[in-house]
Amino acid sequence: MLENFDATTLARLQFAFTISFHIIFPAFSIGLASYLAVLEALWLWKKDQVYLELFNFWKTIFAVAFGMGVVSGIVMSYQFGTNWSVFSDKAGPVIGPLMGYEVLTAFFLEAGFLGVMLFGLHRVGPRLHFLATSMVAFGTLISATWILAVNSWMQTPAGFGMNDAGQFIPLDWWKIIFNPSFPYRLVHMVLAAYLTTAFVVGAVGAWHLLKNTAPRRSRTMFSMAMWMATIVAPIQILAGDAHGLNTLEHQPAKIMAMEGHYQSHPDGAPLILFGLPNSAEKRIDYAIEIPKLSSLILKHDLNAPLAGLDTIPQDRQPPVAVIFWSFRVMVGLGFAMLGIGLWSLWCRYKGTLDSSDWLHRAAVLMGPAGFIAVLAGWITTEVGRQPYTIYGQLLTADSISPIAAPAVAASLIAFIIVYFLVFGAGTFYILRLMKRLPRDPMPDLDGGPIRTSGIMPGPAAGAHGSTHHGD
Amino acid sequence: MAIDLPFIWAAIIAFAVLAYVILDGFDLGVGILFPFFPEKRDRDVMMNSVAPVWDGNETWLVLGGGGLMAVFPLAYATILPALYAPIIAMLLGLIFRGVAFEYRWRTKRGQFLWNWAFAGGSMLAGFSQGVALGALVQGIPVANRAYAGAWWDWLTPFSVVAGFAVVIGYALLGSTWLVMKTSGALNAKARRIAFRTCFATIAAMGVVSLWTPFLKPLYLDRWFGWPTAIFSVIVPMLVLGCVLLLLSGIRNRRDAQPFLAALGLFVLGYAGIGISFYPFIVPPSVTIWDAAAPDSSLAFLLFGALILVPIIFVYTVYAYWVFRGKVDPEEGYH
Repeated sequence: MLENFDATTLARLQFAFTISFHIIFPAFSIGLASYLAVLEALWLWKKDQVYLELFNFWKTIFAVAFGMGVVSGIVMSYQFGTNWSVFSDKAGPVIGPLMGYEVLTAFFLEAGFLGVMLFGLHRVGPRLHFLATSMVAFGTLISATWILAVNSWMQTPAGFGMNDAGQFIPLDWWKIIFNPSFPYRLVHMVLAAYLTTAFVVGAVGAWHLLKNTAPRRSRTMFSMAMWMATIVAPIQILAGDAHGLNTLEHQPAKIMAMEGHYQSHPDGAPLILFGLPNSAEKRIDYAIEIPKLSSLILKHDLNAPLAGLDTIPQDRQPPVAVIFWSFRVMVGLGFAMLGIGLWSLWCRYKGTLDSSDWLHRAAVLMGPAGFIAVLAGWITTEVGRQPYTIYGQLLTADSISPIAAPAVAASLIAFIIVYFLVFGAGTFYILRLMKRLPRDPMPDLDGGPIRTSGIMPGPAAGAHGSTHHGD
Repeated sequence: MAIDLPFIWAAIIAFAVLAYVILDGFDLGVGILFPFFPEKRDRDVMMNSVAPVWDGNETWLVLGGGGLMAVFPLAYATILPALYAPIIAMLLGLIFRGVAFEYRWRTKRGQFLWNWAFAGGSMLAGFSQGVALGALVQGIPVANRAYAGAWWDWLTPFSVVAGFAVVIGYALLGSTWLVMKTSGALNAKARRIAFRTCFATIAAMGVVSLWTPFLKPLYLDRWFGWPTAIFSVIVPMLVLGCVLLLLSGIRNRRDAQPFLAALGLFVLGYAGIGISFYPFIVPPSVTIWDAAAPDSSLAFLLFGALILVPIIFVYTVYAYWVFRGKVDPEEGYH
């Protein structure tokens, strides 16, 4: 099935596949690390055992997710060299040091304190342990900052020159790091990570509220998650809008593809809500559109002219259909998150936050929404950068290693098989951990459960050794 | 030129790779030894002895990869395509053994799968690293800033022997680590294995060392020409010293000594390779100065490295210190 593709297509597929898997874990662990730090801080501050119990519950899930993030991340750091060696040689002098800083400031910090956070509460005591948790959380944010600086530089390159060997050379590090799209992308991604985690935590809380397994802890986590959704979802929509305006300024072709604007609109462009992109005829079939709204959103003027893809040479256009759809998926989920946030606020006001089954069912359904939105958003921005790896500077076709298609095909197949096996198993274990919230009240209150196996039995089930459930 | 930044960076990258080899070496070694310890209880202790630190150990590999791209992009862009298959195999091995740390505790019925993943992944990663090292020592042809060889060039008798040598060496590091970190019957068995893997490691080092000088005239000249031949005399003597310390540590029940002596063996072997092909970073044609990024890149990252590496060192030592001493079999997982 893969033998008809050239090496570039296969390498792109491989990158898309491995990075799509990878981004799922940081999107979760950035938010979850911060949530763990908040839970532990609340425990230390309020001395309420419920926060420690929640901390221990989510810590185990974090450990599994973080492990998957680490191993899928190592793949990324070597794939630049195996499949994209020309890109690495040319762009290495600019983006390499930023990744180097990511390793030095973030990866070591996370890894160094992760062991203490996972295993060390009894050894170092609560205060130092809280420091370790905070360092892990801080590390995930520093990591996001550096890698988004790298990605943003590839989207909106600045502060560089070229040397005789054809390499990008750094001229102004400040401009390289704080390139035009970096602040927007950073804010948008960190908020996305927080929302992703909020909806996972909310879904787990809601599920246990529906099952009535552990009302106190379920209530606490559900309420915390819904506050997060209520507050962050609207901010994220505003941040996304600002990011979009920034993209219009620096990568107009991407916006044209997102909007489905094949043609220019000299006096006010419509907002196309839905339709079927038809690349052959260069139009959106069956379009449902609101006249002039796109100009209002992007230019704050109903009649402002908006250029379309007809102003971009054919071989410099990104593929429209993918971006058109992924963008709508992301935006749709963003507004659904806003809806859940507002709904929960209403229930909170009415005093039915803990008892509204329909809200809880909706929250369970929305559990994976953050992951899908993050993936859709990244597909939009990465595919929207095509046909370039470094926007306007280096074509994807000129970035590839001098590798033979069979080598890439073989490794791609290996990655697909291994990732589905390994990360499928990991997802299964995480879901099982989420399901097993021990009943209130927990039997051990001495600082954390000691488990030598994966089973977290309820007090009664454990005593009778009913290990058959779930295994 | 006031400061030779490529030279400084070559030293830092060399240090990062060495740190990776000896640190992940012992935790990969623990995985490699899994088949020799069939008891679940032993395996639990073995895994717990490295669980808090393996992630930090592997971060040095990311620093080696990321750092190479930053400061020697040409080396990164030629070595990795040349070693395509072993690198992919290493990554897949690291995936399996990395997730096993968590997954193994999450299931009873499927635990045997993750035991295999841990052992097999560790072996595959170690073997691939040895093959990659062997292929690098053999030389990688470069033309027009790109790898100019064929796809199976990395596969030779020498690289395969180097692969086995690294697996054996990691098993030595892993067994001496277990001597240091465990007690009772597990400790006694680890001492027996350390005794045997010590001799196996010396044999492997011997084979590779006798073979290397005959791969390239450069190496022959380094090993037997003045003044570098001094090392050809000193290094074997130091190796002998490490072996004696290792064996006496095993016999006299000084449980940390074998591990430290094994680290010494690795440092010596690594230095031998380094001396052989300096100043080339991609032998036989690309030197560290050919491959280096512009000084502005090197200086920018060096500024951070000089501040951050010592800090990393401090909290890494702290993390090891927190989990010092023998592993308590009763403590279990988090």
